[in-house]
Amino acid sequence: MDVLALLAEGFATSLSPLNLMVVILGVTAGLFIGAMPGLGSVNGVAIVLPLTFIVPPSSAIILLAAIYYGAMYGGAVSSILLGIPGASTAVATTFDGRPMAQQGKAGLALIAAAVASFVGGTISVILFTLFAAPLADVALAFGPAEEFALVLMAFTTFVGLGGDDKLKTIIMICLGLVLSTVGLDLISGQPRLIFGDMPGFYSGISFLVLAIGVYGVGEVLYTIETSKSSPQVTPAKITFGELALGIKAMGRIWKTMSFGSFMGFFVGMLPAAGATPASLMAYGVAKQTSKHPETFGKGNIEGVAAPETANNAASTGSLLPMLTLGIPGSPTTALLLGGMVMWGLVPGPMLFIEQPDFVWGLISSLYTANFAAVLINIALIPLFVWALRMPFTVLCSIVLVLCIVGGFAPSQKMHDVWLIAGFGVAGYLLRKADYPLAPLVLALVLGPLMEKSFRQTLIAEQGNVFAFVERPLSGTFIAIAALFFVLPFIKYLRKGTRSGIAPAE
Amino acid sequence: MLVADRIIAGAIMALSAYFMWHAVALPIGWEGETGGPGGGAFPFWLSLIMMLCAGGILLRSFAADAVASFQFDRSMLRSVVAVVAALVVCIALIPIAGAYIAIPLFLLWYLKVFGGHGWFLTLSISVLTPVFLFFFFEATLKILLPKGFTEPLFFPLYAMFF
Repeated sequence: MDVLALLAEGFATSLSPLNLMVVILGVTAGLFIGAMPGLGSVNGVAIVLPLTFIVPPSSAIILLAAIYYGAMYGGAVSSILLGIPGASTAVATTFDGRPMAQQGKAGLALIAAAVASFVGGTISVILFTLFAAPLADVALAFGPAEEFALVLMAFTTFVGLGGDDKLKTIIMICLGLVLSTVGLDLISGQPRLIFGDMPGFYSGISFLVLAIGVYGVGEVLYTIETSKSSPQVTPAKITFGELALGIKAMGRIWKTMSFGSFMGFFVGMLPAAGATPASLMAYGVAKQTSKHPETFGKGNIEGVAAPETANNAASTGSLLPMLTLGIPGSPTTALLLGGMVMWGLVPGPMLFIEQPDFVWGLISSLYTANFAAVLINIALIPLFVWALRMPFTVLCSIVLVLCIVGGFAPSQKMHDVWLIAGFGVAGYLLRKADYPLAPLVLALVLGPLMEKSFRQTLIAEQGNVFAFVERPLSGTFIAIAALFFVLPFIKYLRKGTRSGIAPAE
Repeated sequence: MLVADRIIAGAIMALSAYFMWHAVALPIGWEGETGGPGGGAFPFWLSLIMMLCAGGILLRSFAADAVASFQFDRSMLRSVVAVVAALVVCIALIPIAGAYIAIPLFLLWYLKVFGGHGWFLTLSISVLTPVFLFFFFEATLKILLPKGFTEPLFFPLYAMFF
């Protein structure tokens, strides 16, 4: 097996003392970030990214991926102990996790969440390993036309599949794309949108500035408003008896867990879907297929396991298009992509050829991260119970300071710090008015690629717009994109005619 | 708060217009000789789409069955405004008085005045955070944070670490 040989070489990289340390550090940090209500993987990665200059680029990416991973485990902790999801991805875990905690079975629920996360993570990492190389091979044939079509398709999934208001989604995509054009024009090299010759804008707007603004400062402002009172932490103790009981109980629901893992992985690959809808879907399916659906929502262990397998699997799934195609499957992977570009490790099929050590090192680090996460998660439960008592004001003040300093460090310009504050306030207000932020961040990261591939194609084809649909692969992507785009209209029309007929009957 | 929804939609429309005004500095039409759109086309036409969508949201808010998406209560708004103001003061102070004055002052305000914590917690976080920042960014990463007029005070420390 070719893949196994590559993976074995990858382990040689990821098991080096530095990378092993980085994985353990990242997973632990991720667990705490995920466990803190209000902070999820995307906030953690945004805030920690500027701090990763301390290790070499490949280790920095392994660190960020480990944080992403750990945060998925950690989200369940506050869902169970506080009844508040630690991250939006753990919303479904509160449905049964909270009732279990109230019945005094918090320890069992935490074990179930950790084991389910481990199963979801492992199955999805195996799927990832199998799919990565073939997908990268297919992507090697992509030219600029296919790249453009693929990015377009990624954006239309937000319109077609995203649950947010369609007009607001389109606005956020356009805003992100326009912000990505600030700086020097890619083709002619002329400055554009520099707003009255402000020198700070010549180098463009970094994805990091937007991410720290929106997910750091904006998130803190949002948290201030939603969580003024101190939360009630349910005590949890873990005994070895409970551990054995938990693992035994998990053995009986392997069907739910494997279904959750597969579905989570494939749903996670779609930019607009991701871990939150995947976990809700897994919960719904587990409830429908259960012999005792009435026990769901009242502390059924399956209701904890299903969403937790799915959200971990989805986070791995969203890494697949990011690494192989250069199209992120979630806001967090968009930040990982931006970080990789910043360090000169441009994701896409060429990365598999030029930097196989790094690629397989990263993939194998997911196995290590997964293993480390389940052990650290269970071992540190008492510490989580203690940390969750930390007042929000302490956490928020430190996060804000890290946003300021972390925003300054990469470019060393106060201009960027002001932009972060501005994006923070704007992001907070937009979020309050129900504008989705994920498409904004994705658009800023993908904007340069989209514009470049669009204009490159047209220059190569002497301005023939039909070049995008004439090539079979890009034509297919465009067709799917068009379908996603008209999907909401079709739904709207069908609903319209149905409600129009109903009163006449 | 339909008013807030309208203000935000209006602000997006104004922002789009502002972007379009700057985008026309470069050609926005089809470039005959190179094939394909000019340098200003991408920002210009995307801003136009943004403006139209925001216009749609604005119109929709005047419909009889319009539902407000923006909700807030006044006491919470006051906390948010206070934190934003403190953050702005802190950032403005960084180039003048340096990060090692501005950041402890910000933490002091946040923890003591805004958070209502005791002196022990406030002082330990306000002192330990800048110490961590110094060792992480300056001593290890060699990224110098702005020091303003406090720069001379750091010369002995520079001599020690560089």
